[in-house]
Amino acid sequence: MIFYYKRALQDIIDHRFLNAITIITIAVSILIVSAFSLFFVNANEIINSWKKGIRIMAYLKPGVPEVNIPELKQKIKRINGIQDVRFIPKSKALQLLKKQMKRQSSLFENLKENPLPDAFEIRLIASSQNQDKVEIIATRLESFPQVDEVEYGKRWLGRFTNFFNLFRLTGYAMGGLFFMAAVLIVANTIRLMLYSRREEVEIMRLVGATDRFIKAPFYIQGLIQGTFGGIIGITILFITFMFISSSVDQGFSPGLFTIKFLSPGAFFGIILCSMFVGWIGCYISLKQFLK
Amino acid sequence: MIEGKNKSSIIRMFHVNKNYGAKKALVDVTLDIPKNELLFIGGPSGAGKTTLLKLLYLGEAVSEGQVLIEGINLSRISSKRIPLLRRKYGIIFQDYKLIATKTVFDNVAIVLEAIGKKRRFIEKKVKSILRTVGMEESLHSLPLSLSGGEQQRIAVARAVVGDPKIILADEPTGNLDEDSAGIILELLKRFHARGATVIIATHDKELIRKTGGRVIHLNQGYLQKTTTV
Repeated sequence: MIFYYKRALQDIIDHRFLNAITIITIAVSILIVSAFSLFFVNANEIINSWKKGIRIMAYLKPGVPEVNIPELKQKIKRINGIQDVRFIPKSKALQLLKKQMKRQSSLFENLKENPLPDAFEIRLIASSQNQDKVEIIATRLESFPQVDEVEYGKRWLGRFTNFFNLFRLTGYAMGGLFFMAAVLIVANTIRLMLYSRREEVEIMRLVGATDRFIKAPFYIQGLIQGTFGGIIGITILFITFMFISSSVDQGFSPGLFTIKFLSPGAFFGIILCSMFVGWIGCYISLKQFLK
Repeated sequence: MIEGKNKSSIIRMFHVNKNYGAKKALVDVTLDIPKNELLFIGGPSGAGKTTLLKLLYLGEAVSEGQVLIEGINLSRISSKRIPLLRRKYGIIFQDYKLIATKTVFDNVAIVLEAIGKKRRFIEKKVKSILRTVGMEESLHSLPLSLSGGEQQRIAVARAVVGDPKIILADEPTGNLDEDSAGIILELLKRFHARGATVIIATHDKELIRKTGGRVIHLNQGYLQKTTTV
């Protein structure tokens, strides 16, 4: 194995121009894929932060006795997919409304009685934050005799869910396409390298070299090219990220969301993918070349 | 009729035909080559000399007929065994076929590396064989920095470094001046004296006359006659 590594390294030095081209090709491909991953990860974060805002309001009928509230709260909590339930008495609701409409305070001066109903504010667990599940929970809430009306922004949630699904599908499709493009570009670059060395390969075969002896250094080269290409691609992405992240961060509400770089797990995942791209590119080219 | 039939045959060809589309490169060639023979394949350009050599090392497959190397039928050999078969041969080409980016040492060493020999053995053996062909001073040179005669001597060193049973030489002196050709011929005779079967394809009648041995004459793919010089 050490012999194959030495041969692979010697081959890289002997054919440094073609190897450099292959590494640059991989680096550019990895840069595109990882830039897209970075965008996808951060867009996902934004969507998740929006999702946290999904809540259901269950307005109670007038005259529900206060003693029944804890029992009703427990019943609601037991519904599958609910994270937290908070009771908002109508007095508190009015206070909140007054606070939010300070400039229109005159509107509340002539009120003889509180027109707002008692209500429950219900927050959902992450896996329930989609249109179908929200609808099921809303129907369950409506079935309670004490509940008068349930509100959850149906149209907005529908649009939001469709947008999120479309975004996710587009992400997978684009990622898959970029990956395939990277593999094909690398396979073609490696094929060019093999064609430039076809005489050498032919001589090796004539002196009795096995296919394994011929292929092994190419595979090792593919892995080395993939590793270097991946590291270069990620480094360029990181430098670009550092340059633009500070200005983009200022555009978002502080505390709500901050742009993140790829996690160490994703970083190593991309390097492994890059090594795989180098290897599979070699595999495709060698399979055709050594037929 | 089998030409030169001998009990200790290393190569046998039976009614071999080789076609490239409609063109017939070899027609019904039957041949028997004993171990340790020095054999010339003579004939003009396009006679089928190179094709015959290619059939022996499986550079090409026969269209019809059978080729046996030490009893192994090449038509039935599995692709995994082809490298093992080729290790029986040392092949010398008119255009040397040296790897331009590798040093003289590496060009010769590749044969031993391919069969998994240890580094120390390889260094000793390659230096020894380069000394034999008079090229020990050019160990670290690149092939293109050497003359044609010197490159062919490296090609001979590469062909014999694995101690092959059969040496196939395709016009080995075709591109060389008289002195260089003489050196190459002497080297081939020396390895033949050590026990190798040597088959030389050439159109150079003078070379055959100087060396002597059995000569098979090909013309337009047909084996016309066998003579002994």
